[in-house]
This record gives sequence, structure tokens and C-alpha cells, in this order.
Amino acid sequence: MKLLIKNGALVLNDGVKKLDILLQDGKIAKIAEHITADCETVDASGLHVFPGLIDMHVHLREPGFEGKEDIESGSRASVAGGFTQVCCMPNTNPVCDNAVVVSYIKNRQKEVNLCKINPIGAITRGQEGKAMADIGKMKSAGAVALSDDGKSVMDSNVMRLAMEYADGFGLKCLCHCEDENLVDGGVVNEGYNSTLTGLKGSLRAAEDIMIARDIALAESLNIPVHICHVSTYSGLEIIRSAKARGVKVTAESCPHYFVLTDDIITSYDTFTKVNPPVREERDRRAVIEAFRDGTLDCIVTDHAPHSLKDKQVEYNLAAFGMSGIETSFALSYTYLVKTGALTLCELARKMSGNPAEILGLEGGEIAVGKAADLTVADLGAKYVIDSKNFLSKGKNTPFNGYEVYGRIKYTVVDGEIKYKN
Amino acid sequence: MLKKKDLLGLYDTSAEEIDEILREAEGMRKFLDGKNKKSDLLSGKSLITLFYENSTRTRTSFELAGKYLGASEVNISSSASSVQKGETLIDTGETLDSLKTDFIVIRHPMAGAPKLLAGRVKASVLNGGDGMNEHPTQALLDMLALKRKFKKIEGLKIAILGDIKHSRVAKSNLFGLTKLGAQVYMYAPATLLPKEIEKLGAKVCKSREEAIEGADGVMGLRIQLERQNGGLFPSLSEYSKYYGVNDELLKYAKKDAIVLHPGPVNRGVELSPSVIDGEKSVILEQVTCGLAVRMALLKLLAEYREAEL
Repeated sequence: MKLLIKNGALVLNDGVKKLDILLQDGKIAKIAEHITADCETVDASGLHVFPGLIDMHVHLREPGFEGKEDIESGSRASVAGGFTQVCCMPNTNPVCDNAVVVSYIKNRQKEVNLCKINPIGAITRGQEGKAMADIGKMKSAGAVALSDDGKSVMDSNVMRLAMEYADGFGLKCLCHCEDENLVDGGVVNEGYNSTLTGLKGSLRAAEDIMIARDIALAESLNIPVHICHVSTYSGLEIIRSAKARGVKVTAESCPHYFVLTDDIITSYDTFTKVNPPVREERDRRAVIEAFRDGTLDCIVTDHAPHSLKDKQVEYNLAAFGMSGIETSFALSYTYLVKTGALTLCELARKMSGNPAEILGLEGGEIAVGKAADLTVADLGAKYVIDSKNFLSKGKNTPFNGYEVYGRIKYTVVDGEIKYKN
Repeated sequence: MLKKKDLLGLYDTSAEEIDEILREAEGMRKFLDGKNKKSDLLSGKSLITLFYENSTRTRTSFELAGKYLGASEVNISSSASSVQKGETLIDTGETLDSLKTDFIVIRHPMAGAPKLLAGRVKASVLNGGDGMNEHPTQALLDMLALKRKFKKIEGLKIAILGDIKHSRVAKSNLFGLTKLGAQVYMYAPATLLPKEIEKLGAKVCKSREEAIEGADGVMGLRIQLERQNGGLFPSLSEYSKYYGVNDELLKYAKKDAIVLHPGPVNRGVELSPSVIDGEKSVILEQVTCGLAVRMALLKLLAEYREAEL
């Protein structure tokens, strides 16, 4: 089983080079000028070839919330977004806090057979923040990390013990950082726009305190920790200074935090409701700067598909989250690379290499012997985002009407074309 | 003529529109002093009050406003808990629309709910208070009471004291009063002040005296008693001691100042009983002004519906 991709500009670790690339038996077999092979061939003239994109923070909703998304629709959306691997959060029903649910997801992935799906297990049973979940058994079944995403483990001692125990199995905790007492029912950023709209605000400090706590645990215990979807300039400062003194901390943020500000909430459009909330211009700029200087390691989507009935209600009642997996690449390219904040190689690190390294996944770079996971994009193609074209069941995006660059042309997983546009 | 289908808030109502509402309301206020309060301006029109929160004065005021103008009326009461458990707001709105309703007055515990409803119904939606967002008819009635006393709003200094953070009344007043050229001074414990309210035009004061000094109007806001349990201040007695308004403090106001309160009052908490019952108090006149403002709005919105829809 071979696939030859000719004339593409390969985004390698050390630069962009026009080379051919031959994939064989699920691996990258050869990278060279003018390869010839008697096999299926893609002409990538004028296109860029990235290492297969990896989104280490998505919600696929199955089992339990198939009205919002299921593993098949989520996989279709993922490959359409250029993703060859995704890591799905455990807030399903039942919660992915045991080996059975982990295995179920892995089996469904094999049936659907589009992108690779890596389950993330819950840190605590039922995501209740009390007792540790079956961490070892989940690891054996295929879990790649642990998270109680959607909330923090509020009890610091429970968190400490879980981090220590999980480290014994080589699993990292991915920390959703919010002090729920301080959030106190807030649904938007607390500031001018929360006052203007009368929507209850949530302080930056609610997020920052938990970022600081989890970093303090990581530092005291000398155990690595990963901070999810950072939205505040002040939280980024905490991470930056921790990294500077050698704490084993990595961090991610999402397109909505580097493209949007909370000015969008004044419409009361529930598609703008996300957790943590979109904040202010100062924060937006800080997220971009943090990607630039390496404080932020990964671009993730926090893809949170919802059905319309979860969103066509009062703002307070609407579900948190944005459907993001089909807009992430174009938004990241448009708002981080075209603006000059990141090079293409850096973008590839944030969207593939770093997530692979942090979670110990295959892929992550274009090199001989690596998994044959590739994303081919037309960076010159300009288009307007329209959720009607989403393959995800979740049409809940605040980005409709945004003009972006970067169309996914092919998504190749283990040497097979899983998406073609 | 008012050029809008709905009245959702004063933030998106222009100074000209507010002026027009107040002019019309002054006429209605005089009409209410007459012996015959019955008119047929809204004859053949229907008004539904849809309240997801308890209310006595706002609801009664809207009901009577409709009745005095000859509209048919139905009241729907729904508990705040049914917001989450019952029919969705959009489904309820579409049902009311199918009943050929002309006006829906909605009170709802969540900000933005009237806007959500207004976008889905042909009926004119009047905001009777939405969460911490706006309560435009309350602000309009406060402005009518001020205008009747001082002839104009421009140049007035109004002090607002109390739970500003949770007060849709304070916000609608801030928008309306500043649009008409008044200055709004605020004073509250920091736990009851919303972030960056200065950017919306308020002057936040460091003391009660500073807020009330030279004021034409002094407005107390109701303290929701459950706020104390939420830990926003230590006790009602402490609140009243440091944040309440009494006769001594009123001496800082102008001689002919008036005292306003949206009601219902916690006697001896935000205002002392002697202030509530004192000669500066216009709390009862406010209630009559509320009726006039709501009658005026129904008339103006009906005229718009007649002309445009």
C-alpha cells in the first residue's frame, strides 16, 4: 500500500522545502526530489504538506450525547478540518472514567476508521472531583491522558494524589482551570461587557488561581502538568514564569481566544458562550504573544459541538462551547501566520509536533519512518466560513462570515486519503 | 413617533425617543388625574404579561395601563424554575404570537431574554425587567417624576445608592439619565458595584456625602435580602449604618431635592422610615408615573404597529 505526494511544499522541522514524499505501509518511506513510484499519486503543486494535525482537546460526545455529535460525525469533521488525530475528553455519559468506555471509544474508532482517536480518561470517578478513577486500567485500555475537563478538581489534595498516581503510569493531567466558587455562576468575562449586558461575569482570577495551583503542585511534586485552554493574560504570565524556572508545564489555547474578544457577547448570541469565556483585547494579544514566545505549546479547538436546542435558549441556560474543529486550521493560519506571529514551521509544531510530544503520540513531524499522517492545504485559497458546510453535527460557531485563508485539500492517515476536497 | 417594534432597554433607545416617551407620558399623567380614566386607544388590541419572576407593582401597572386604554389582557405567571424545566421561551413566544397578541410584557430572571423573545415574535415586546440587565419602564417613570418636579432632566445631579451590581433599575436609569444630560453619581459597597460602570457614564463616589452633595434626586435601591446570605455584606444593620440614607445625609442634597425608590422598600435598611415618609419622598408619585409611562409606551408602540407592520 503506497501513496506518492508530488511537488508539494513540505513543512519540515527546519523549514519549508519542495520535495516529493512516498508513503508505504503506514509510514513515511522516502522524502526526496523527483520520486517515481507505480502507485496512487497526488499532485500537490502549489500546496503545502503539513505533518498530520493533532487536536489534543475535543469533545466527540459519544457515548451519551449523540444528538450533539458522535464518533462518526466527529471523525468526518476532524479529517475535514485536516486532523489526523484527536484526543477526546471524558465528559460523556457514562463518563469515560473506566476501561470499558475507553475501549468502546477505541472500538468505535476502528469501525469508523477515519482519524485516530485517543481517549482521555477522567481524573476522578464520574468527574466528581472526589475519588480517583481507574487510572491504570484506563491506561492499559488506551487512554493517553487524564482530565476532568469542564471543571477543576477543586480539592487540592485529591488533585495532588491523582497527579502522583497517574505519573506512575506515565499519564499527564490536562487541567481545566477554574475555581468554581469564584466562577459562582458566571457565564462571560467579568468586565465592561458583563456590566453592559447584565450577564454574570467570571473573573480572570477564577482561572488564574487554578493555573497557579496546578503549577504549584507540578513544581512541588516535580511531575509534569498541562494547562488547558488558557484565556487570560495573567494566567499566561504565571505559566511563562513557571517555564522560565524549569517547572514541567505545558499549555494550550484555542482560536477563539486569539481571534475574538468579549465584545461579541453584546449580541447575546449564545454561540459566543464558551468556558472559559472569551476575554478582552489585552488577553487576545497576550495569547498571540504567548504562542510566539513559546509559553503556549499547542493550538487546540476545545471542539464542543451542541445541537441547536442546547443553544436556542436564554444566554444563561445555553450550553458552553463552540464547534471548532473545521475552522481551527484556517483561523490559526490566518490569524497567527499571515499576521507574522508564527512561521509555518512553528504552526506545524503547535498543531502537530508539540501535542504528539506532550502526549507521546505517533506522528507529529514529516520524517522518514514516522507515521504516514499528513495534512495537505492550499494556503492561498480564501473562503468565508459558513457552518452550513460543517460535517460536524454542531453548527455552533461564532465565526460564520469570517473570511479566512487555508483550505484543507487532503487529509492522509496511515498512508490512506481519508478526506479530499 | 417611536420608530421601533419593541422596548428592550434604554441603552439602545435614543435621547429623542426618550424625550418623546416622556412627553407622551406627561399627557397620560394628566389624564390619570381626571375623573374618567377610560380610553379606547387600544380597543381591539391584546396585551399579555409574561412574568417569570414575582412582581406586584410592575405587573399591576402594566395591566392597568392596558385596561385604561381599552386593551384585552391576559396574565401568565411562570415561576423562575420553569424557565429551565418548562417550554422554551421561543416556543412560548411563538404560541403567544399565534394567539394574535399585540403586546407582550416580559419579566425574566436572565439578561437578554426579552431580546431573544423579540427576535422571534411579531408582537411588540416590552421589557419588564431582565436579570441584571435593564428595567426601562422603571427608569422612564423615574425620569418622568424628575421631569415633573424640575421641568427638565438636563443638568440634574442624581445620586443612586445601594445594590447597583444586581440592579437593572440603576443601569436603565444610568443610560436614560445620561442620554438626557443628567449626571449620575453612585455609591455602594464594592461588592455591590459592577466592574467598569464608570465607562458607562457613572461617577463612582467614595462616600455617601460625596454622592448626595448637591443632588437633585436621591435614589435608594432595594437590597435583596438574599444578598446578605451570599456574603456580599456582613449584616443588614451594618449595611444600613454605612450605606443607608437618613435625614442627616439628606441635608447634603439640594433643598428641593426629591427621594426616589423603585420599591418595595426595606424600611430602615436602604432608606430610614423618616426619609421614606418625609416631604422629599416621591415614592408614591413614582407609582402613578409608572402607570402613565406604560400607557404612553403602549400608545406609541401601537401607533408604530399601525403604521409599519
